[in-house]
Amino acid sequence: MARPLYAVISLRGISGAAIAIAVILPVMIGVVHSALAGFGHMPLLGARGPDLDAWRTLLGQPGLWRAVAVSLWTGMAATMISMGLAFGAVAALQDRVSWLRRVLAPLLAAPHAALAIGLAFVIAPSGWIARGLAVGLGWDRPPELATVGDPWGLALILGLVLKEVPFLIVILLGASTQIAMREQMAAGRALGYGRVAVWLWVLVPQLWPLIRLPVMAVLAFSMSVVDMALILGPSNPPTLSVMVARLFADPDLRAMLPASSGALLQLGLTAMAMGLLWAGASVAGIFARAAMRRGARLRGLDAWLAVPVLLLGGLLFLVVLSLAVLALWSVTFTWRWPDPWPQRLSMAAWQGRAGWLAAAQTAFFIALASSGIALILAIGWLEGGDRAGRHGLRGWMRAAVALPLLLPQLSVLIGLSGLLLRLEMAPMIAVVWAHVLFVFPYVMIALAGPWAALDPRMQRAAAALGAGPWRRLLRVKLPVLLAPLMLAAALGFAVSIAQYLPTMFLGGGRVATLTTEAVALSSGSDRRVAAVHATLQAGLPWLVYLAALILPAVIHRNRRALKGEAS
Amino acid sequence: MNPILTAAALMLSVTPVLSQTWEETLDEARGQTVFFHAWGGDQRTNDFIASVGDEVLERHGVTLQHVRIADTADAVARVLAERAAGREKTGGSVDLIWLNGPNFLAMKDQGLLHGPFVANLPNAQWLDLSEGSANTVDFTVPVEGLESPWRLAKFVFNYDSARIAAPPADMAGWLDWAAAHPGRITHPDPANFMGATFLKQALIELAPDDTDLSVPPTDDSFAKATVPLWHWYDALRPNLWRDGRSFPENESIQQQLLNDGEIDMTMSFDPASAAAAIADGLLPETVRVHVPQAGSIGNVSFVAIPVNAAHKAGAKVVADALLAPATQARMQNIEVLGSFSVLDPAKLDAAGQAAFAALPTAPALPALSDLGAVLAEPHPDWMTRLTAAWQDRYTR
Repeated sequence: MARPLYAVISLRGISGAAIAIAVILPVMIGVVHSALAGFGHMPLLGARGPDLDAWRTLLGQPGLWRAVAVSLWTGMAATMISMGLAFGAVAALQDRVSWLRRVLAPLLAAPHAALAIGLAFVIAPSGWIARGLAVGLGWDRPPELATVGDPWGLALILGLVLKEVPFLIVILLGASTQIAMREQMAAGRALGYGRVAVWLWVLVPQLWPLIRLPVMAVLAFSMSVVDMALILGPSNPPTLSVMVARLFADPDLRAMLPASSGALLQLGLTAMAMGLLWAGASVAGIFARAAMRRGARLRGLDAWLAVPVLLLGGLLFLVVLSLAVLALWSVTFTWRWPDPWPQRLSMAAWQGRAGWLAAAQTAFFIALASSGIALILAIGWLEGGDRAGRHGLRGWMRAAVALPLLLPQLSVLIGLSGLLLRLEMAPMIAVVWAHVLFVFPYVMIALAGPWAALDPRMQRAAAALGAGPWRRLLRVKLPVLLAPLMLAAALGFAVSIAQYLPTMFLGGGRVATLTTEAVALSSGSDRRVAAVHATLQAGLPWLVYLAALILPAVIHRNRRALKGEAS
Repeated sequence: MNPILTAAALMLSVTPVLSQTWEETLDEARGQTVFFHAWGGDQRTNDFIASVGDEVLERHGVTLQHVRIADTADAVARVLAERAAGREKTGGSVDLIWLNGPNFLAMKDQGLLHGPFVANLPNAQWLDLSEGSANTVDFTVPVEGLESPWRLAKFVFNYDSARIAAPPADMAGWLDWAAAHPGRITHPDPANFMGATFLKQALIELAPDDTDLSVPPTDDSFAKATVPLWHWYDALRPNLWRDGRSFPENESIQQQLLNDGEIDMTMSFDPASAAAAIADGLLPETVRVHVPQAGSIGNVSFVAIPVNAAHKAGAKVVADALLAPATQARMQNIEVLGSFSVLDPAKLDAAGQAAFAALPTAPALPALSDLGAVLAEPHPDWMTRLTAAWQDRYTR
């Protein structure tokens, strides 16, 4: 490989440094800043610790320990249920993978906030389901049941499960291609084991290490989510994340100190939950091995595989209902208990005054900018790797892209916002940058696989024809990779559209996107306007996905070998 | 003091001398442009201010320039900065500010306000300016003529008359009322301003007679004043929505719950909100407004003139125009702004009363005279303490 040294250093070195400085370092600095401020050191506010005052203020918050318990419980329960359902559904539907993938794909793009707003109305005591039953059951008033905002956080768990099950199934489907699933299943069945037994004794232990990271990311997300917890979670006290976010939003800047302590507590709690999950998996492994040694074939359990399929069907139904009701509310004028259908429809909420256009434009711009930047960073790193002969996602970058996904957003962002108080960055730039932090890992992970799978012979042919590295990148690689590039960008776009905390915290309330508006309006008195924002929030990523699927298909309509890539 | 006597004394003493001065003020104001710094977040309010601008231009040749600000504190900071920069008596860029509460206190304490000027406004004759009235005290801070009232916020209950009887005349009666309708009433979380106001309203009615709510509470006085309140609340809570274990985050969510039929009552600081929400499809047509017999907490929005305002005469003309009975009636018109008037219905002359009588009505819209007495806000420290004490007692 006789290449000038500068060509080797430049791209890989520059893009690596850019990623480290723009994405990885800020995440770590954010946590460090939270740690310093949490222990009373924030010179900007005149706090020169270390001391424990901030902790004392935090621990003095009424209901703090219950908030901690609720966070731990809802996060753990949502993760375990989602994982169990995902495993069960994949085990039951192993032979209909492509069908499953097609059904789930659109659900993945639905943002948390929109889903939560829709679900809240579907399952509320006066919600769509109750309205459907009211006339038949003769309910003249909504049942007195706390189905949303219940003290146990059950509605929040349901909301999280709705969102995480499709994600984990897609992850599992990806992981299952890396092991010899079909052969092992056939061998196990031939030895008289039931399907459930083959899964438990053979497949799950192989798949677990492959999906451990995404599961931990789900756990970190579930425990620290703020937008969903605001809409569906308990209120008195709320989850720890909501409590800390409220502290942060206090107009008194000094509340930043106890909020930073809260960010640390959230971090510790998340680490503890991950430890618990890890330990739980190990213990489960011990029991499973013991049961396996006894030769349990568990054939009777196979019939029960219908249960996760039914539950999955139920969840999908709820998701469809939740998204449909958003669209319906957005064109409603009045819709009162106990009518199962609006009394009067109206386009008023869409026409003017709601101000959704500005929020949509802002959200669109931020999503476009952050996913574009993330895509350029990822291409730079991957191409630089190719030129250096170190292909794909490896080394420190593997750990680095996982970092923003495994750390609770709250813990990172509170520190970062504290830091930005000094830098006086324009709010819009700060928000785009904060989005990049969380968009980049997804774009990188989505792109790394297809990039590595690129047929190297095309490069060689191009090089043999005299094309230099830039020409090969621009004229061969990127055009061939158009479909996965578009899908990675669409994924980044969807991730950006869904972000709540980065916009809230780094924008300081001055940047309004569809998500922040939808969440704010969901605690207003006009569900119709909230529904307009949520509908757009859910619709925009879909449109972009659709474009990402259609564009390459159109451009490559006469390139048969490039058509399969998109699916 | 007897309000009528006070008002009479006020008019006898000041009117003859100052009517001449007012003519001078009008002369001086002609041709001035008044920069009115006022929160610009509500379109209907902005439109109303623009209509007042048309009036003063036509009648007095004063141009009103509405400077739409996001936070009143910005305008206060600007006055402070300009004074520090040497513009101490005149030449300032802020002529008139819409403010109340903490911002008024801050400006008054730092000597940033021009005046007193309110009693000199011809239209002040329609105001109840007796000592202790809502127009003379801004969140317990004496106004002393340094700011002129223009609109009224008043705490009211909105209930669905089709599903529940009207709330009782006093807060003590709520216990039986709630027991008769378990799970159908609630209040916003006291961490929210409206929820805290509910507790303040109850405190004013229930506190022992010798309690002085206008001074900051001490540990002792707070404990003593709130004994009956907590006793009452402990009895009320089990009959609240969701057994009093969770609460709507704010009054908007509570209004949504009322619209959904999950509860039968909500509360508001705007007596016209029920009628407006009904017209907008956000509440059932059967919702009505209720005010406790002893009156309810209210506060007034004011306009004030900075000490260094460049166009003080023009600012006074605008402050006076805001108080004209016809303008106040237009402000209260539900189709225009729907904000209640600060004028005293009993003081209005026949023309003024006719202007209010001619306003469009709606079944859910109370008349100004239905709103009852305006109870003064307790000192702000009471609210802070009430919220914290409530959280300690009921958040577990």
